[in-house]
Amino acid sequence: MVGAACALYAARAGLDVALVDRGPVAGGTTGAGEGNLLVSDKEPGPELELALLSLRLWDELADELGPAVEYEPKGGVVVASAPEGLAALEGLAAEQRAAGVEAVDVPANRLRDLEPHLAPGLTGGVLYPQDRQVMPALAAAHLVRASRARLLTGRTVTGVLRTRQGAVRGVRTDRGDVHAPAVVNAAGTWSGEVAALAGVTLPVLPRRGFVLVTEPLPPRVRHKVYAADYVADVASDSAALQTSPVVEGTAAGPVLIGASRERVGFDRSFSLPVARALAAGATRLFPFLEQVRAMRTYLGFRPYMPDHLPAVGPDPRAPGLYHACGHEGAGIGLSTGTGHLIAQILGGGRPELDLTPFRPERFEQEAV
Amino acid sequence: MPTDLAVIGAGPAGLAASIAAAARGVRVTLVDAAPSAGGQFYRQPATGLGARRAQALHHQWRTWTRLREGLDRHIAAGRVTHLTDHHVWNVERTSTGLTVHALSGPEQETPVAVRADAVLLATGGYERVLPFPGWTLPGVLTAGGAQAMLKGTLVVPGGRVVVAGTGPLLLPVATGLAAAGVAVAALVESAGPEDFARHAGALAAQPGKAVEGALYTARLLRHRVRILPRHTVLEAHGDDRLEAVTVAALDPAGRPRPGTARRIPCDTLAVGHGMLPHTELADTLGCRIDGVAGVAVDDEQRTDVPGVWAAGEATGIGGAALALAEGHIAGRSIAARLSGTAPDPRQWERVARSRAALRRFSTTLDGVYAPPAHWADQVDDATVVCRCEEVRAGTVREAVGRLGAGDLRTVKLLTRAGMGWCQGRICTPGVAGVAGCAPTAARSPFARPVPLDVLAREPLQEGPDAC
Repeated sequence: MVGAACALYAARAGLDVALVDRGPVAGGTTGAGEGNLLVSDKEPGPELELALLSLRLWDELADELGPAVEYEPKGGVVVASAPEGLAALEGLAAEQRAAGVEAVDVPANRLRDLEPHLAPGLTGGVLYPQDRQVMPALAAAHLVRASRARLLTGRTVTGVLRTRQGAVRGVRTDRGDVHAPAVVNAAGTWSGEVAALAGVTLPVLPRRGFVLVTEPLPPRVRHKVYAADYVADVASDSAALQTSPVVEGTAAGPVLIGASRERVGFDRSFSLPVARALAAGATRLFPFLEQVRAMRTYLGFRPYMPDHLPAVGPDPRAPGLYHACGHEGAGIGLSTGTGHLIAQILGGGRPELDLTPFRPERFEQEAV
Repeated sequence: MPTDLAVIGAGPAGLAASIAAAARGVRVTLVDAAPSAGGQFYRQPATGLGARRAQALHHQWRTWTRLREGLDRHIAAGRVTHLTDHHVWNVERTSTGLTVHALSGPEQETPVAVRADAVLLATGGYERVLPFPGWTLPGVLTAGGAQAMLKGTLVVPGGRVVVAGTGPLLLPVATGLAAAGVAVAALVESAGPEDFARHAGALAAQPGKAVEGALYTARLLRHRVRILPRHTVLEAHGDDRLEAVTVAALDPAGRPRPGTARRIPCDTLAVGHGMLPHTELADTLGCRIDGVAGVAVDDEQRTDVPGVWAAGEATGIGGAALALAEGHIAGRSIAARLSGTAPDPRQWERVARSRAALRRFSTTLDGVYAPPAHWADQVDDATVVCRCEEVRAGTVREAVGRLGAGDLRTVKLLTRAGMGWCQGRICTPGVAGVAGCAPTAARSPFARPVPLDVLAREPLQEGPDAC
């Protein structure tokens, strides 16, 4: 998704773009995502600024691509089940409002106006009208198509070409070289490997997540609904399994149930305990789901960075190399802003946002 | 109390394994979705049909009687517990062994868990049906479905029937229907005599099978059923339901011969294109799967996951006789391994030889029975290829042509083909063919849909002694 967005905005900035992927379009984490475009789960700071920029760009793209990408400005509802949780949630919402986010406190007795099938006994929540959803694989494919970039799928990058002075001048693939004065590393969870080919380190780690998919239902969950502890899980650094209920309907009918986070490497095996925890969380929020059947699960590997911020921008250690990766679970949402900023700096202009917090070499400097 | 061995599937492989293991002192829990043992092949009840089958397929009928009696004896002695109407949705590896998770009850909502030291996956196969224009019309059913109606309920499809497609199932289906008094208008088989001639040597090595085929053919001729080898169904016609099919002869390249198309009026079309193995439970357990061929096993029928064996169609489509041989070997291997000894394969040498011969034979059949090479060309853009999600062939082609999908997973993501109720079990071969990508085995950690409240709570253990 991030690569597709970089290709689109770079092409629109007048650059000649080739998009190289060892797999198919949306073959990595994009194809395993829920397609969340969220501001609700972000604390004020650089990531939220990138999210707000991205949302604006998503709205523009949605006008252009129409329903092909299943874009739904449905809004998010975060709910709390205890007074302490609600206080923390409302505190966060107040800070987010100050940062430009629309956030509306919802008292307990109004929650069911928003979501009629919510469990009784919740203490309140916050409505985030700006939260959106998109079908990520369709979005990636349509952005690639709209970019008219040369699409080189099924080609594995095996090396980064450098001049004698060290400047990047393209990539070597298993099916020939692709020459370019600028190389954007948008390899998601596998970006660390691409960075290593250029001789630089980028500490991207996989953080596994499962999504449970139900049978198709008539629309009963209107927003993206999740429990307040989700924000804490997103921000956590723990490698152990964490699950917090995230429930949302889809245009196609099935309800998607997340979210689990665990750092177990690239282990693709199914975990029944994780599926059980997801089911338990979702049925607590929406009791009607108890009788609904789970059809399947899918899993993906979020590109996790130690400080939960992506790497966006030029790499001074390898001139000509740019990074656009490490967005963890927010890559779909943050892709447009990332692509836009990358295109701005590739075109020699000043990026709309300060990229200092996203500097790819920031971890190395800390180590020194 | 946990069981020693959980056998999933009470078809030929599962029954042979249960009996072989129980006879060697293993406590067996046989878990099966059907109300009675037999699987697809020995589907029950067969009252009334029994005499007719016994006449035509005497050796198979005798085998079934022996299996049934063996099972009853072990059940009576308490060595085998038979859980009928239990639908297994997942097999879980735990720190202490394996747990088989099933759903029972009229709505399949009651969770049942069986703890076992060893599991045999005898999950069988299912029919492959490739799409063609009109295949979703009422009146079109699978060849296996027609046979199940005949064997299971003794209800026969009404009116004139055309049996079409490819594979060894078509002959017995057409014969069975004709013998039951149904007017079979034609048997349309895309394999031709030259395909059989090419493999004459290997086929002759199984004289029993050849005799079986000759018997079927003779009976079809007696019932005046028209056999159209090297033909295919191009289209099924009808407004609300099936009224006719257009069939055409195939040229050596597998394309319809111009000028040979003709219309055959019919009320029912029973169509099938061979079988595929059920591999989802194995896949979720992490067993190695050989593409779409089946679960990979060694000479003892062991998968590469400790404690998990597989036998029968799940390890590759080969028919009931092969399933019996594999099941028997699996049962003996499990009995030895559970008692901590390595089995001596010489003890089942005769069965192993028969297994080898039957596997060679089924490989030969795979070469004989193949859908026409260019079948997907006949599928026009308007034809629905995924019925659950109502995805048309044109949408799949667009995902490949315009959106750059080059593999089945991407096609699925971009079109929703294979994401519906059947989870791709029915449509995957058709979608792959239309997309021009390699087919992959259907995958889901849930071999069948499971209610979220069942998933949400840890089930009580249930084994032979807890029932």
